[in-house]
Amino acid sequence: MKTIVKPRKLSLVLAATLFVGSTLAQAAETIKVGVLHSLSGTMAISETTLKDTVLMLVDEQNKKGGLLGKQLEAVVVDPASNWPLFAEKARELIAKEKVAVTFGCWTSVSRKSALPVFEELNGLLFYPVQYEGEESSKNVFYTGAAPNQQAIPAVDYLMNDLSVKRWVLAGTDYVYPRTTNKILEAYLKAKGVAPEDIMINYTPFGHSDWQSIVSDIKKFGSAGKKTAVVSTINGDANVPFYKELGNQGISAESIPVVAFSVGEEELSGIDTKPLVGHLAAWNYFMSVDAPANDAFIKQWQTFIKNPKRVTNDPMEAHVIGFNMWVKAVEKAGTTDTDAVEKAMIGLEVPNMTGGIAKMLPNHHLTKPVLIGEIQEDGQFEVVWKTDGLVPGDAWSDYLEGSKDIEADWVTLKCGNYNTKTKKCSGQNYE
Amino acid sequence: MDPHQYIAERHAWRRYWPTLAILWSLIAAVSLWSASAYSIEEVDAAASASDIKIESLAVPAAATALAESESVSESAPAAPLDFSAAVQALNAANFSAKEQAINTLAALGDERTRAVLRALADGNLQYRKSDDKVVIVTEAADGYRLTDPLTDSDLGNVDKRDVKKISINNQLRIVLREAIARLSLSSQRVDVRLTAVEELTGNLDEAGVALLESARINESDEDVIAAMDTALALPKLTAGDSAVQLQAIEDLQGSLLPVVRNQLTALADSSTADTAVRAAATRAIAGIQGELQFYALTETIFFGLSLGSVLLLAGIGLAITFGVMGVINMAHGELIMLGAYTTYLVQQAMPQYLEYSMLVAVPAAFLVSGLFGIAIERGVIRFLYGRPLETLLATFGISLVLQQLVRTAISAQNVTVANPDWMSGSWQINAALSLTYNRLYIVIFTLVIFGALLLLLKKSSLGLHVRAVAQNRPMARAMGIRTEWVDALTFGLGSGIAGVAGVALSQLTNVGPNMGQSYIIDSFMVVVFGGVGNLWGTLVGAFSLGVANKFLEPYSGAVLAKILVLVFIILFIQKRPRGLFPQQGRGAEN
Amino acid sequence: MDKHSLLVRLFYNDRGGSLLLGLLGVAIVLVPLLNLVVPEGSALHLSTYTVTLLGKYLTYALLALALDLVWGYCGILSLGHGAFFALGGYAMGMYLMRQIGERGVYGNADLPDFMVFLNWQELPWYWLGFDMFWFAMLMVVLVPGILAFVFGWLAFRSRVTGVYLSIMTQALTFALMLAFFRNEMGFGGNNGLTDFKDILGFDLQSDATRAGLFVASALALALGYLLCRYIVDSKFGRVVVAIRDAESRARFIGYRVERFKLGVFVISAVLAGIAGALYVPQVGIINPGEFSPLNSIEMVIWVAVGGRGTLYGAVMGALIVNYGKTYLTGALPEVWLFALGALFVLVTLFLPRGIVGLLNRKRAEA
Repeated sequence: MKTIVKPRKLSLVLAATLFVGSTLAQAAETIKVGVLHSLSGTMAISETTLKDTVLMLVDEQNKKGGLLGKQLEAVVVDPASNWPLFAEKARELIAKEKVAVTFGCWTSVSRKSALPVFEELNGLLFYPVQYEGEESSKNVFYTGAAPNQQAIPAVDYLMNDLSVKRWVLAGTDYVYPRTTNKILEAYLKAKGVAPEDIMINYTPFGHSDWQSIVSDIKKFGSAGKKTAVVSTINGDANVPFYKELGNQGISAESIPVVAFSVGEEELSGIDTKPLVGHLAAWNYFMSVDAPANDAFIKQWQTFIKNPKRVTNDPMEAHVIGFNMWVKAVEKAGTTDTDAVEKAMIGLEVPNMTGGIAKMLPNHHLTKPVLIGEIQEDGQFEVVWKTDGLVPGDAWSDYLEGSKDIEADWVTLKCGNYNTKTKKCSGQNYE
Repeated sequence: MDPHQYIAERHAWRRYWPTLAILWSLIAAVSLWSASAYSIEEVDAAASASDIKIESLAVPAAATALAESESVSESAPAAPLDFSAAVQALNAANFSAKEQAINTLAALGDERTRAVLRALADGNLQYRKSDDKVVIVTEAADGYRLTDPLTDSDLGNVDKRDVKKISINNQLRIVLREAIARLSLSSQRVDVRLTAVEELTGNLDEAGVALLESARINESDEDVIAAMDTALALPKLTAGDSAVQLQAIEDLQGSLLPVVRNQLTALADSSTADTAVRAAATRAIAGIQGELQFYALTETIFFGLSLGSVLLLAGIGLAITFGVMGVINMAHGELIMLGAYTTYLVQQAMPQYLEYSMLVAVPAAFLVSGLFGIAIERGVIRFLYGRPLETLLATFGISLVLQQLVRTAISAQNVTVANPDWMSGSWQINAALSLTYNRLYIVIFTLVIFGALLLLLKKSSLGLHVRAVAQNRPMARAMGIRTEWVDALTFGLGSGIAGVAGVALSQLTNVGPNMGQSYIIDSFMVVVFGGVGNLWGTLVGAFSLGVANKFLEPYSGAVLAKILVLVFIILFIQKRPRGLFPQQGRGAEN
Repeated sequence: MDKHSLLVRLFYNDRGGSLLLGLLGVAIVLVPLLNLVVPEGSALHLSTYTVTLLGKYLTYALLALALDLVWGYCGILSLGHGAFFALGGYAMGMYLMRQIGERGVYGNADLPDFMVFLNWQELPWYWLGFDMFWFAMLMVVLVPGILAFVFGWLAFRSRVTGVYLSIMTQALTFALMLAFFRNEMGFGGNNGLTDFKDILGFDLQSDATRAGLFVASALALALGYLLCRYIVDSKFGRVVVAIRDAESRARFIGYRVERFKLGVFVISAVLAGIAGALYVPQVGIINPGEFSPLNSIEMVIWVAVGGRGTLYGAVMGALIVNYGKTYLTGALPEVWLFALGALFVLVTLFLPRGIVGLLNRKRAEA
């Protein structure tokens, strides 16, 4: 091989490419807060707002004098709606940037992708979106709703207050709608609804041609029994869905639609006139009359420099999560993951609707469940709410595989404990 | 610069002006046409506004009739409220108290009731925060104008914050709709009466039957009479007498209303009814089912055409840039997106003229996307002719930049593009078939755009030059055609059409930074399936794929239908590698 | 001809390739050493994050290599190579899923979690055998290979060429993406396959396994490079280049053009599949997003940026673009798409032969 003459430039480029990844020691004058939300790609629509929320919270905390005498520093990365990239970026945040905590993820798949990294490197993730449950990790705090904090109360409301007898369960084909619909199907059957009175329909992400499905719903609803649609349709697909509903003349009075993924932010992209009266179930609405909420809205609109920007449920979840983390760090006196995790459980911070959110041993929160009707101005008017707070249940009682499973990080020290076999499974760590 | 060349260049531009003018006027014609559709609606709206006035005069007589025929006292609540107390009671703390108040109002039969209930249903019944007085509000320049629902007198203008809406929920809306329907049976307008009868059909109690029967006597419109007959026949189905039942079945023959079908089915299955009655009901259902199937087929075809028109809209611009020029424009979807954003910006700029926004948006989007297209062609693509696969890479880069540009300049969130009223709702042909206006208009709009484009390419000098350059570039150049200008204009034209498509698509779906990506693959499929370089192929391809998709959907579900269509295209291209309508001649070989 | 002389012959005129292999050799020794042996505090220590990242880049490089073989040497622009990559990845993912056994969320020894969750009672037939490593590896090669064979056989026989072929490959990967998104397919739907525990008994989370996977990727890239270099230097390869430059002429001379194309296409697909199989254990997830047509276009861009028709250029392009992406998504999260988009435009406009072309020109000038 003596003929080889090294072209120096080429070697420089390659060497640079291969080795620039190596880390440099970082000076630890600040506490770093990781932000793992997509700023490009399909999920940017929802997630950029959450990035801004965290930036606002960090900013505010710094104005209050920081935390443990140090300033907070937000480290923003863009996982670009690419699921494997969530794992890679999580590793970058924890291993390279040495963040103390990460706020991030929206879709379940992004969380599932990043989860092993958080467990391996013992990081801390706050996940702010309502999700399907069936999970409780030591390294994740779930500040969004579990299925029992959204779906079941909503169905109860439809059944009791609107005397709905026939059900369309329409969702996007991924794990959250599938789980929710399975839980609801079991729940409805337990309540005596006949199988032929339940119609289940799945559509792909970003589905835009709803003509046939809406027409089917219309036919299904014309059988003489009061019909409602329980929608777990995700993000983008909602706009054409609601447009088609409105145009085909399905009004909220004839066939109400209760949605679990449509909030103020989604409605701000829709002309809401034809949708007045359709419902959504959340744990927070921007329209809720509470001093904490007013202050939060004002703060947000000042920060984002847009007096018309809306707030929504996942934002509230981040606010609660952030405030709890701050409290936990103050209580523990350190940002060490294990200490903070211990300090978190049992903490209480006010939520934005005038109540108190408490962190439970299964890493879920207590939340009120609110049902709102869409108004012409794109806001929701609360028409029903639970009497008290509903504790989040990680493992649904209505699913065959999971009703025996419990999560408890205080006494059982396990997120996946089978009460029948007395075994703790599915854990990646001791 | 050589003066001759300069003049020639200017001259070249001038030669295309007639073409551009034709194109422009076509677009304007389309827009005007849609505007005229709107103006009919507007007359309607004006009529409905005046109707309220006419009605408030007409109501007293009807109300007395109502009071007489119904002998209200039976259904009145234990503690009868007077009108003003009942109106005030609408502002109750809970929904059941409000429902009670509505029922009271409806039973009182006061002539002012309908206006109050209407206002409540529309969210215009509010209360003054200062003294809790219930008022009717109308939009005014700087807030609301308040009207006293009791005296109809003007209470002056206030700021919007001084009043608060009386909230209602779905349950109340149902109650309201029925109450308003009862009060509207004597309206001056035929369509109001018809809607009222339709609303009451299937929900009639004895009082309702009596009310409807008395209204039937004074009714002159045939459609309304027919609807009333159907409504009146329905309760008879459950009467004990089989002769009455048979007569009712006879009367209901051919009605497509779901409620009729449900009640007939219940009758056919009921064990108590007479055998002859049950047989008659079964026969009637069979007749209805046959008709329903026909309408379901019609509906599916319409759905297919509508999906096809979306595909065509997305593909037609590409049929020019890719089909005629051979440029694989991955930024095509983003040009559609720019058109949609133009619609948004136009609506933002003229919020009070929402109904006319389409009129401005169509040419504006054509210009914006067209100019972007010309910029892309001049800046990038002209260096890449003859290397079609490399245009793909460069335009992919451009598409990323355009997406991020919109995210940065406007917002990463989706934006609201409102549907003008004339594009909302549906054309109710009968109880079983209705076509949504937005899709109907878009099908027509697409065909008009297609026709205009075809005309442009076949009949104008620009079209002639475009075709000449596409077929034989050196020869066209030798004939004195300035191929560079033709390239730029062709690309601009294709891009402009993409922008116009964006305007139409903004009426159907999301407008956001990612919207372009969802159309790019579909549009390539349509163009390739139809045959590159052939506009008719694109048309046939788009509509047949749309219809096929919609016929597959009930059997396979939406996703599988799409997969099957894709697999079909892949196999079809193996069979006919040049698409449905291959380009003929020497140019096809390159 | 003995092996030594073959190697010498292969590299006689391939400085870039020799350098690449040299660097890979150095990396194979140095990277695990710096990661595992050098203590964490040291300035020379290479973090596991970096090792995994480099391992991922190398699998991308192998994929780019595969694409360069068909595009650079045979003129077939495949916009669907992501499909072969993802299929290889899924085969590996299925093996890793079966290795989880009863450590899954629901503790079911036979069924992966998502099947338990969907109430499936038994393993579908196409999952059988994937608990054996050799079978899974066979499938990594066979599944993309067979798909490429069937698709290529149909397409090349009916002389679908150029742009049409590109768009058909795009349709192929798009259809596969939609199919894999369906939960009924039994591949985990949108979430795909994740939560892997170990491979061949080694814990996937451990640093040693990660270093091992990096070495495996580097070796695969080196071998893949040798294979491609051997192919393009052989008589077969020369015919392939002839087909790229003048397909009709090659056909008239008497070569069965479609067979040569099919051969190259299948080999390329298999290489892409192997790259996918190495990619999955390192990133820890495989889902239908990998089938996205946009991903496939991006791969083409790596090759274009590096310089097509040179093999090592493709490798370089993949490394540079991906490093750029990693760096920019962290450093400039708001505007990195501008930079990336501009890069693509500038490269196609000013560097038609890619970075390799630029370097060669500079050298020629010097």
